[in-house]
Amino acid sequence: MKKKRCVAMLLAGGEGKRLGLLTKNLAKPAVPFGGKYRIIDFTLSNCTNSGINTVGVLTQYSPLILNTHIGIGKPWDLDRQYEGLTILSPYTAKQGGSWYKGTADAIYQNIHYIDQYDPEYVLVISGDHIYQMNYEHLLQHHEEKQSDATISVIEVPWEEASRFGILNTHDDLEIYEFDEKPENPKSNLASMGIYIFNWKALRSYLVDDAEKDMSDHDFGKDIIPAMLDEGKRMYAYRFNGYWKDVGTIQSYWEANMDLLEEDLSLSLNNKEWRTYSEDTNYPPQYLEATAVVENSLINSGSWISGTVKSSILFECIQVGSGSMIKESILHPRVTVGKNCTINRAIIMENVVIPDNTVIDGADYDEPVVINEEYVEQLT
Amino acid sequence: MSKLMGLINLEHEHEFLEELTYFRCGAAAPFAGRYRLIDFTLSNMVKTNITEVAIFTSRKYRSLMDHLGTGGDWELARRHGGLFILPPDWNDPTDISRGDLRHFHNNRDYFHRSKAEHVLISGSQFIANTSYDEAFQQHLDTGADVTLITTSIQENLPEHTAQLRVEKDENGRVTNMTNDQNNHEVFSNAYIIKKDVLIDLVDQCIAFHRDHLLLHGVKENISKLNIRTFQYEGYSFFVNSVESFFRHNMNLLHPDAYHNLFFNNSYVKTKISNQPPVKYRHTSDVKDSLLANGCVIDGDISNSVIFRGVEVHKGAVIKNSIIMQRCIIEEGVHLENVILDKDVKITGGQKFMGSPEKPFIVAKRKVI
Repeated sequence: MKKKRCVAMLLAGGEGKRLGLLTKNLAKPAVPFGGKYRIIDFTLSNCTNSGINTVGVLTQYSPLILNTHIGIGKPWDLDRQYEGLTILSPYTAKQGGSWYKGTADAIYQNIHYIDQYDPEYVLVISGDHIYQMNYEHLLQHHEEKQSDATISVIEVPWEEASRFGILNTHDDLEIYEFDEKPENPKSNLASMGIYIFNWKALRSYLVDDAEKDMSDHDFGKDIIPAMLDEGKRMYAYRFNGYWKDVGTIQSYWEANMDLLEEDLSLSLNNKEWRTYSEDTNYPPQYLEATAVVENSLINSGSWISGTVKSSILFECIQVGSGSMIKESILHPRVTVGKNCTINRAIIMENVVIPDNTVIDGADYDEPVVINEEYVEQLT
Repeated sequence: MSKLMGLINLEHEHEFLEELTYFRCGAAAPFAGRYRLIDFTLSNMVKTNITEVAIFTSRKYRSLMDHLGTGGDWELARRHGGLFILPPDWNDPTDISRGDLRHFHNNRDYFHRSKAEHVLISGSQFIANTSYDEAFQQHLDTGADVTLITTSIQENLPEHTAQLRVEKDENGRVTNMTNDQNNHEVFSNAYIIKKDVLIDLVDQCIAFHRDHLLLHGVKENISKLNIRTFQYEGYSFFVNSVESFFRHNMNLLHPDAYHNLFFNNSYVKTKISNQPPVKYRHTSDVKDSLLANGCVIDGDISNSVIFRGVEVHKGAVIKNSIIMQRCIIEEGVHLENVILDKDVKITGGQKFMGSPEKPFIVAKRKVI
């Protein structure tokens, strides 16, 4: 088979523990986002828009909904005969088998997948970040610097730098040190968890790492430090756009609300950089005479009789008359009865909120997540 | 279980929507925010588990083909069967057929290749969201040669004038098809027919130089054929004029009509696009309206149907109007009783008004 320039490995097996109820039954990349999407759609759309057509998606935690959503990659034009999208789940073989023990181990166990394409480079990305990025620019940077590994970085506020994996670089962006959550950061360039490796180099490090019992088999903790120790050429690539790790309920809620802002580099309406997703066949949304809608995103099939302000509504939502939805996120097929007040809440799929219910997330530290059990307790 | 195959015959549907059908056939006219008229018939066929559907079309079918593609969005992209769009490519030197019989004659293979024993033939102007399962079952149970799908109308509206009415004897056998305006059982232009009866009628019509399968084949043989009716009870209507097109779009703004057409059955299928949710900005004021995804709204909209990807800028006012895909309505524009075809741009501050009976229509891609 023809040699490929770049294969993408998309890490989508994470549990996303800090998302609590949102990831109770599904993997973090499959969490609904932005009124229509799932988190992984942003990364998959980046691949398509960057011209990367060979993507291995590594799944592990609660993959049913994720697998159903991705299917054979059709929404991203990744349903191809020889390349395209492949779901790579943990497996057993003659010599046994095991779960993926870390990000590096997940790639290690799929070396045979990558080897089929004999690629020059491997792009390692993860399915739980919201951003729009052209990986081709990253790839060009990698080639120009004749780097063995290139890590995409974003400037974070200095006071927050100690929450991130920080890369210390020379002026030409060559990396000399990797600091995981440093107390006294020397730089504010945070790793975005997006790496490009020369496949030959990475492959040997993966094989070595797999033999180490003490290793966490993690890119950030093991592979990158090992490569730095041995003096590999490693460069940072500076990304200037919007990027958000939706790791917590608070950041998940913020990232959704960010979509209502107008001056971000991230836009769902950007025709040059479309965000693709599985599409549905629901009828147009219907706003009744009593509806008031401001500063919101609403998806098809929804029927609005009440007031919706600064909120994100997924498909087939019903908001009864006299109800007020504010700064909230309503997942697909949520029904809100009449005369309800909902503020700063995330309401999960299919939940029915009875008439006259009041839910105020301002009472809590972070936006409140409402599932069926919560509603049962209310009544 | 006998199988049913589908045929959507557009030959006798003229281009009835003025500017909207200058460049497309009526079946491809946009409707209800995100559909084309043909989606309803096609979805109904798919819901009846029909896995092969042919479309007879002879004019202005570029837009129709673009919309339907491989049929994949209707689950008709199949290894066997699926969607067959059959424009006129007629090369038989011995062909003496006329009218829609030319389609039947030149596409005999479609019928011969299929294992189906019955054919559901329909136009695109009868709008309903249903499956024909019950009608087909009744067709099989009664052993009818032909089962006409009918509907009982409450009052005669302009769109009913041209529709045939069905007369039956006491046993339910159809005795006549007329234009009697006092008869409220109206033929929907959809019928199920035994395939071998269909082929015989086609041969007979061609031999006698006739040009209309339904009128000259089925109707003229009423006494010889066992023709039954199946009355559809659900919400339905006909779209066959600008007036009915406008009125039925607007009717969907009544909650009952919206619910009955879209939510009483599985969803009507249409071409999948990839549009983000509608974005309502701070200054938007939208009431009594249908909106499809991809719109960005800053202005005021009431009593209107807004298709995918429309931009309505600040201070613009839209009332009683139909705004099709990707139109841009700039600041301060006032539109009332207007139909804008796709990709129209109305520049700042202008005012356009039609009347509900005679909406003001702007053709595709105009910049005004």
